[in-house]
Amino acid sequence: MFRIRFHGRGGQGMKTASRILGTAFFKTGYEVQDAPRYGAERRGAPIFAYVRADKSAINERGIISHPDLVVIADDTLVGMPAAGVTQGIDAHTLLLINSHDSASTWQQRLNTEANVLTLSAGEDVADRATLPFISSRCAAAAAALTGVITREIFIEALCEELDHLRQDIIDQNRDIALSEFDDMTVNAGLAKQGGLATASDYVKPDWIALPFESAQISNLAIHAGVTSVKVRTGLWRTMRPVINYPNCSGCAWICSTYCPDGAIKVRTDGYPEIDYEHCKGCLVCVAQCPPHAIESIPEHIARDQEVGETT
Amino acid sequence: MTRKLLTGNSAAAWGARLACVDYIPAFPITPQTEIIEDLAGWIDRGEMDARLVTLESEHSMITAAGSAASSGVRAFTATSSQGLLYAMEMIYAVAGWRTPFVMVNVSRGLASPITLESDHNDIMAARDSGFLQIHCATCQEIADGILLAYRLAEHPQVRIPAIVNFDGFYLSFTREPVDLARAAKARAFVGEYDPENLQFRGNSPLSQAMAVLGGGPYSYFRYEAHLAVQQALSVYDEIADEFEDIFGRRYDMIDCYHMDDAEYVFVMLGSFSTKAREAVDSLRAAGWKAGLLRPRLFRPLPQQRIRQLLRGRRAVGVIDQNISMGMGGVLHSEFATALYGLEDAPLLGSYIGGLGGRDISQQEFFAIADELKHAYENGESAPPRLLYTRNELTEMRKLQAIAQAEHAEIHRS
Ligand code: SF4
Ligand code: SF4
Repeated sequence: MFRIRFHGRGGQGMKTASRILGTAFFKTGYEVQDAPRYGAERRGAPIFAYVRADKSAINERGIISHPDLVVIADDTLVGMPAAGVTQGIDAHTLLLINSHDSASTWQQRLNTEANVLTLSAGEDVADRATLPFISSRCAAAAAALTGVITREIFIEALCEELDHLRQDIIDQNRDIALSEFDDMTVNAGLAKQGGLATASDYVKPDWIALPFESAQISNLAIHAGVTSVKVRTGLWRTMRPVINYPNCSGCAWICSTYCPDGAIKVRTDGYPEIDYEHCKGCLVCVAQCPPHAIESIPEHIARDQEVGETT
Repeated sequence: MTRKLLTGNSAAAWGARLACVDYIPAFPITPQTEIIEDLAGWIDRGEMDARLVTLESEHSMITAAGSAASSGVRAFTATSSQGLLYAMEMIYAVAGWRTPFVMVNVSRGLASPITLESDHNDIMAARDSGFLQIHCATCQEIADGILLAYRLAEHPQVRIPAIVNFDGFYLSFTREPVDLARAAKARAFVGEYDPENLQFRGNSPLSQAMAVLGGGPYSYFRYEAHLAVQQALSVYDEIADEFEDIFGRRYDMIDCYHMDDAEYVFVMLGSFSTKAREAVDSLRAAGWKAGLLRPRLFRPLPQQRIRQLLRGRRAVGVIDQNISMGMGGVLHSEFATALYGLEDAPLLGSYIGGLGGRDISQQEFFAIADELKHAYENGESAPPRLLYTRNELTEMRKLQAIAQAEHAEIHRS
């Protein structure tokens, strides 16, 4: 059975990628199961989708815990534990990362035995949630890596899954996906099917008997405040709002009130300050600031600058 | 026949469309909403001849479905979880009206704490209502199950509403190959809805006797509803035979997998049972005589058939994706009741797993088989078990530590 996971950010089309690949497998004669997994359904938030394909009926269900192929549409997700991109990978797994960094760099960085490949898509785009054609490219690369899907069937599947779009957009997707498919064909067959768990030799689940705990401990008294602080939603950001203080008129109630995440606080000097640990990058503040004193810059560029400043 | 990839929700919408439903009262709730969206789209584009009305709550939605069925139109509706609970007053009421219609429930765990993911406590809450219950394990079964459900619900010997149940996420948002019945064949199979003596009309208001004084009449109506639900057992096979003749797919009231010679048996409802199928394959490859018994029909529960099928087996592991607080797994209790007093009855083990979408691994199925074997060899069942690992508790402790820190912070300020 092929077990393939796609990881991306909300907006990058990982559900579409999984459906294109699922349909391509199905048209090739495979039994298929594909599904997106929604968490926080918001642009920029980590999201994944998966595809299972086999020659016989598929009984396995739910999240893929031991993938044969993991496609990561956005390398900034790798360092985000909540995204779970590396969950269950081992020497059998093939990782395909959309990144400018080399495969060997990633292999070292992740300290993994997994085989790593990279594809380099749309690094020139500002907002990573809008990486152009990334879902089609990821689907094309994955299809080529399985080595069992033909170019023709892949295109048929892509056109079928995108048929709600305008013809010129479908055409662009097709052309870009085809060149990705062709580029990846040298690696055809590198994504290998995994087997089934065997009952004769298995690791016993480490079951425990859940102990009784009084309501003092086991009630649901978990409130938003500190819990929310722990969730670093700043990692969802693909675009960063930056206040240009010389232009800021200090009408701080405006941006701080409009921010839906309470990520702008007013300093004692009356000027606003953005909490980048929690700002999700929705850019509402940018739109609302009367003198246009907040600009937005791509998060990956802002981060590179920060690294530059500290070294 | 052409198969296509459909999500469970799309398969449900197709089931309603192929059953030629006339009226769809609706209210959105995750993970069910796409069913209503698909149907609304078809109606809007003139591809389906039906009327869809959005109501202000699930309570009204069920009332509307029951009333519509009383006026002689075929009604369909769908809900999930908290929505089903909100409708509960009317779920019991419309079953008492003996108005047949079909409702889909996309199973999702109940609050508190709130979750979007699947388990069966929602559908178990409707267990005693009088609705028939068909539980699906695949997207194919969803589309077909709705056709079967109409036939069963509208059968003159039964005439009571039915729920078709399937799991959120694991089926609702998951695409699988589905072979859709041809519209003409489906129409011929479901036939015309005959409301018999249900003659409610909007333009000639009537009051239906709802209140009875005294336990005698009350008991009469309640027990008659119970007998009607049980009648579904005697008409089910005939309907399933007919379905198989027309569409080539067999749906027994109990789905058996490798049960012929099985010594150790898993019992489950719904889509997680396909995981048990896979475990049965692996166990058989390792020399076990393992099998799976899955009630497709849960109300009425085919007790006699369960007794026949489980007699003489060594041990049975009932895996419940629900929990009755203070008692345990509902399916386990029901199987214990069904098997009580049976000569040569198997030992029964109780496992609670899959709450709030928690996965059940293949290794856990293997470990359950080991426990069942151990129980058989010792002549005694193991105590009930929650499928929960040390690692899960460790993760829970981390969350509790955050809550503790928060508590401390709140009380400092
Ligand atoms: S709204 Fe704009 S000008 Fe006003 S305080 Fe915020 S950043 Fe400054
Ligand atoms: S982009 Fe602006 S409004 Fe949006 S979360 Fe960040 S600070 Fe708040």
